Amino acid sequence: MEWKKVKSTLAPGWYFMQGDEACAEGALAAGCRFYAGYPITPASEIMIRMVHRLPEVGGAFIQMEDEIGSVSAVIGAAWAGAKAMTATSGPGLSLMVEALGYAVITETPCLIVDVQRAGPSTGQATRPAQGDMMMVKWAAHGDNEIVALSPWSVQEMYDLTVKAFNFAERFRVPVFLLADEAVGHLRETLVIKEEVEVFDRVKMPGKPPFGTEEINGVPPMPAFGEGANLLVTGSTHDPWGFRKTQDSAIQARLTERLTRKVLDFKHEVIETDPHLLEDAEVGVVAYGFTARAALQAVKTLRTQGVKAGLLRLVSIWPFADDAVAALGRRCRKIFVPEMNRGQIAGEMTKFTPTPVIPLPKTNGEVIEPAEIVEGIRRNL
Amino acid sequence: MNQRIYEMINDRAFPTPFCPGCGHGILMNAVLRAFAELEWDLKSTLFVSGIGCAAWIPSPHFKADTLHTLHGRAIAYATGAKLFNPRLKVMVISGDGDLSSIGGNHLIHAARRNMDMTVVCANNSIYGMTGGQVASTTPLGSLTTTTPQGNQERPFDLCKLVESAGATFVARHPVSAPIPLTRTLKKAILHQGFSFVEAISPCPTQFGRRNAFRSAFDMIQALKNSSVSLEKAKGMSVEELAGKVVVGEFVK
Repeated sequence: MEWKKVKSTLAPGWYFMQGDEACAEGALAAGCRFYAGYPITPASEIMIRMVHRLPEVGGAFIQMEDEIGSVSAVIGAAWAGAKAMTATSGPGLSLMVEALGYAVITETPCLIVDVQRAGPSTGQATRPAQGDMMMVKWAAHGDNEIVALSPWSVQEMYDLTVKAFNFAERFRVPVFLLADEAVGHLRETLVIKEEVEVFDRVKMPGKPPFGTEEINGVPPMPAFGEGANLLVTGSTHDPWGFRKTQDSAIQARLTERLTRKVLDFKHEVIETDPHLLEDAEVGVVAYGFTARAALQAVKTLRTQGVKAGLLRLVSIWPFADDAVAALGRRCRKIFVPEMNRGQIAGEMTKFTPTPVIPLPKTNGEVIEPAEIVEGIRRNL
Repeated sequence: MNQRIYEMINDRAFPTPFCPGCGHGILMNAVLRAFAELEWDLKSTLFVSGIGCAAWIPSPHFKADTLHTLHGRAIAYATGAKLFNPRLKVMVISGDGDLSSIGGNHLIHAARRNMDMTVVCANNSIYGMTGGQVASTTPLGSLTTTTPQGNQERPFDLCKLVESAGATFVARHPVSAPIPLTRTLKKAILHQGFSFVEAISPCPTQFGRRNAFRSAFDMIQALKNSSVSLEKAKGMSVEELAGKVVVGEFVK
C-alpha cells in the first residue's frame, strides 16, 4: 500500500470558492499533473482553473479537438506516469464512453468529472440534473466495475476529488466524480487542511503489469520510458500484455479479476453519511446537491411529528447495498428524491423489500425541501 | 546491422500475423532499420498504434514501450503521453483507415499543433482486417466488398491533407522502395515537430485479388511502375501523371 500524507497545494485556511474550481484544486492536491479537456457547460470552469494552476505545479495541460481526444490523451498521459483527469458533461461524456472500456481493460487510473446537466442530448446546458447515474455504471460495453462518488458541497468537490484519485490509483480503474450543475456552480466556504492523504500507484519492476496470482489483485503499474517494454492493449491479454484473443481461460480470468478487484474490496470505497437515522421510521435516500434539500426536509418533517431520517450516499458505485438493506429493515418506507426519473430508487429495490418511493424531478431545476416534504406527506 | 535489428524484436511475438505478400513486413523492417542505423535506444521510444493490420506492426513485435489503442485514437493517446513526458520519442504506426477516416480529426489537429511526433501511415487503400471494405484512400473505380460497382468517392491525398493542416515534415514512399523509405524514416525520426510518412503497402489478400492483380509480386511491380519521384513529376503534364503516385519528401 502506497498511502502517504502530502502537503496541500493550496495554503491551509478558509477559501470562498466555486465547486468546479474546488474540484480542480482537489485534483492538484491529490497529485494530478495532467489535464486534457474540451469546452462544455457546466464543467468548463474546471478546465479554466487547471490551465492557470497546472503550470504552477509543473503539470501539463491541453485543450483537445474533442472529448474522445481528451480522454484518449488522459489515458496516454496516465501510462506516461501521470495522475491525469478530464471533466465534461452529458454530451461530452457520451463521446468519452468510447475509451471507458479501454481504461477498464488496460487498468488505467484516471478521473472523469461529470458535472451533470439536463438531458437527453443537448438538453438544457445550464440546468442541473442527476441523469447520468446509471449511464456511468453501464456505459462501457462488456462487464466492468468503475468507481463513482457524488459530492454535495464545495468542500466535497475538493475532498472527493482527492478520494477519487486515490481510488483510481488503488484499484487501477477509471473513477467518476458525479457532480451536477448546482454543486459545480455553487460558491461557498472551502477549508484547506495542512495535508491530504494520497495513494500513489504501486511500482514493482519485473512483475507483470496486467495480472496477479490472486483472482482479485491489482497489478503494479510501470510507466513508459522506464525500460519495462510495456505492451498495453485494449484486446484481451495475458499478464504481460500479449494479445490473447482466442484463449477462453485468459478471457475468463481477466474479466473476473477486473470486476472482483473492485467488488471484493468495495468496503474501502462505499461511504454513506447518516442524518437523524437512530430512531427513523421514514427513510430518505439522496445524494449530491439534492441531499442538501433532503436534509432540510427531514428536519422539517421532524418538527411535524414524522420520524424521518436521511441516508446520504457519498459513493454511488459500487453501490451501498448493505446500508440500503439496513435502512430498509429500520424504516417502513424509503423516499428517494433525485433529479432523474428514479435511477437510484430503482437500484435500491435490489437490496430491500421495503417500499421505495421515487420522488423524481426533471424540469432542469433543483429539488426544494418543501417539495420533498410534500412528496413524503402525500405517500405516508 | 541485422543483429541490432533482431535485438529490437520481441521474439515471443512471432510468427507475425501478416498475410503472405503483405507489405507491412517490409515497413516493419524499414522502421526498425531506421532506428538501428540511427543507433537509437528504444528504451525511451514509445510506439502507439490504433486498430487494424498496421497497428500490429509495433505491437507486440517491437521490444519497446507499445500502446495499442482504440480505432482511430492513436494520435490522441500519443499526444497525452508526449505532453506529460517530452523526453519520450513518440512514433505512431497505423493504417490509412485508422489514421485518416475514423481518426482523421486527430490527424489534422496534431499536424496543426505541430506535435512533436512521427506518424507512419501504412496505406494499403483498404480495410484489410475487417474484410476488404472501401477506405477513404481507395482509388476511384476500385472494387471492394462495399463498392461492388467500383468506388465512386474520390480518395484522400494524405500527404496534401497533412501538409495543408500544418505538418512540418511530409513524405511518401512505397514499400517497394525500402531503401528510400528507410532514409526518409530516419529524417522523420530526427525531425523536431510533426512528421508524417505515408508508406504505400500492398494488400494482395483484400485489395489485389479483387482488382486484377494476379499475385503479390504483381502488386509490388505495379507499385514500382506507378511511382514517380517528386523531381520527375515536376516536368510531367497532368495527363502523364494520371494513375501515377508521386513519391518523395514534400515538406522538410
